[in-house]
Amino acid sequence: MADFLLYALLAGLALAVVAGPLGSFVVWRRMAYFGDTLSHAALLGVALGFLLDISPTIAVTVGCLLLAILLVTLQQRQPLASDTLLGILAPSTLSLGLVVLSFMRDVRIDLMGYLFGDLLAISPTDLAWILGGSAAVLVLICALWRPLLAITVHEELATVEGLPVATLRMTLMLLIAVVIAVAMKIVGVLLITSLLIIPAAAAQRHARSPEQMALGASVIGILAVCGGLALSWFKDTPAGPSIVVSAAALFLLSFVLPKR
Amino acid sequence: MSDALIRLNAVSVTRSGQSVLDNIQLSVSPGEIVTLIGPNGAGKTTLVRAVLGLLKPDSGEVWRKPKLRVGYMPQKLHVDATLPLSVLRFLRLVPGVDRETALAALVEVGAEKVIDSPLQGISGGEMQRVLLARALLREPELLVLDEPVQGVDVAGQAELYALITQLRDRHQCGVLMVSHDLHLVMSTTDQVVCLNRHVCCSGHPEQVSNDPAFVELFGQNAPSLAIYHHHHDHAHDLHGEVCQPAPAPDHAHPHNHTHDHGDSCKHG
Repeated sequence: MADFLLYALLAGLALAVVAGPLGSFVVWRRMAYFGDTLSHAALLGVALGFLLDISPTIAVTVGCLLLAILLVTLQQRQPLASDTLLGILAPSTLSLGLVVLSFMRDVRIDLMGYLFGDLLAISPTDLAWILGGSAAVLVLICALWRPLLAITVHEELATVEGLPVATLRMTLMLLIAVVIAVAMKIVGVLLITSLLIIPAAAAQRHARSPEQMALGASVIGILAVCGGLALSWFKDTPAGPSIVVSAAALFLLSFVLPKR
Repeated sequence: MSDALIRLNAVSVTRSGQSVLDNIQLSVSPGEIVTLIGPNGAGKTTLVRAVLGLLKPDSGEVWRKPKLRVGYMPQKLHVDATLPLSVLRFLRLVPGVDRETALAALVEVGAEKVIDSPLQGISGGEMQRVLLARALLREPELLVLDEPVQGVDVAGQAELYALITQLRDRHQCGVLMVSHDLHLVMSTTDQVVCLNRHVCCSGHPEQVSNDPAFVELFGQNAPSLAIYHHHHDHAHDLHGEVCQPAPAPDHAHPHNHTHDHGDSCKHG
């Protein structure tokens, strides 16, 4: 197997495994649009990374975190609904990112690569970031599984029972931000949330417990990555979109399969 | 009272310039059932949130016994339909709970049948019992129940209130609950606090139901009280009492005197 294909496969599988449990929380807590906004802001992070000459992965993670904090602050300070705020922030940050990039004429970047991913061009360094980031997120989400589930069921009940709800909520946003930074190379900023949401939504119909849904989502994600890469390899299609297309096909299949 | 579980001293809460709670005094002792009653918008839920520490009062003091274990039963529980959660798994969100202890708590509230049902598929009455079981799993010193009988039919309501009294007797915990159901609550509570942004009156149920402030606040609902407290009927002309906020027996409406059916008051 060619090296680049092996790297792509490993990176995709790492992301699929961690996207299962994290994506389940995105679905349960109705954070899909929130994830979408963060991923749009990722491009601004990339631009700032170039501007300040720091690693794009770090710049994107920090950028996503700042946006999450800005969003939480705005939600508390003024009356506009969350979806309106997200609808303002998502295109604004994406556009700002594009504008900032256009000012840097001496920097040549592959914009399509950032928007739609460039899985087959992953370097060993990128792979190390992806594996490390995914492993860290997976460890944290397993360690915090029960408290995160408790705040998803009822935040006030969790508060009364002594859980640090605000910290947990922020941690979940942080984990999503890290995964978005990590996944940007794989499927690009415009397609990241699909990798979080589609496998979890496909697993939902057949799961009987939260854990089953999270594991099922990981397995469906793995199948989608394998299917997408195969399509890309044999038919010369773009890798990121191919993964999303095979995830969507699996989602449709989950409706055809009889419910247990 | 030195043995109180919680004590509120001169608590006031203001929201958008409007006073929601004003100068509230309240305390709950072990083994005591305190019921908050009051019309919509009286600040009952706000007061509960202040007791639970979910909301910081603008002035005044909320004192809790150090390390007080609180079992909280929220008004309603909405779990997203996409979250596959069985009743057992829901109860096991309390740390250290296994199937056996969860089952024991469900048996105590009479809902052991639903242990393996999905949380979204059980009835309103079953849900209230499951929430009560979850509160009990914390081995609470203080149970805080926000409208514990919401969405339950009348027979079920009486049953639930009886259950709450039983649980108090068995666990010797203090109970603070919010209710609309005046007549059902009267027979099961030790202390009633009648709330309308401030404490209108409080004390034993009998005292409170005779209090002019209470009658003024619950003018329309008073018939249900009268049924349960007949001595109250003897003292006044029933129809003058329940129809009019102020106890004015000879009121201008002439037809008040001709009717002798209690229900007519609601239309008159």
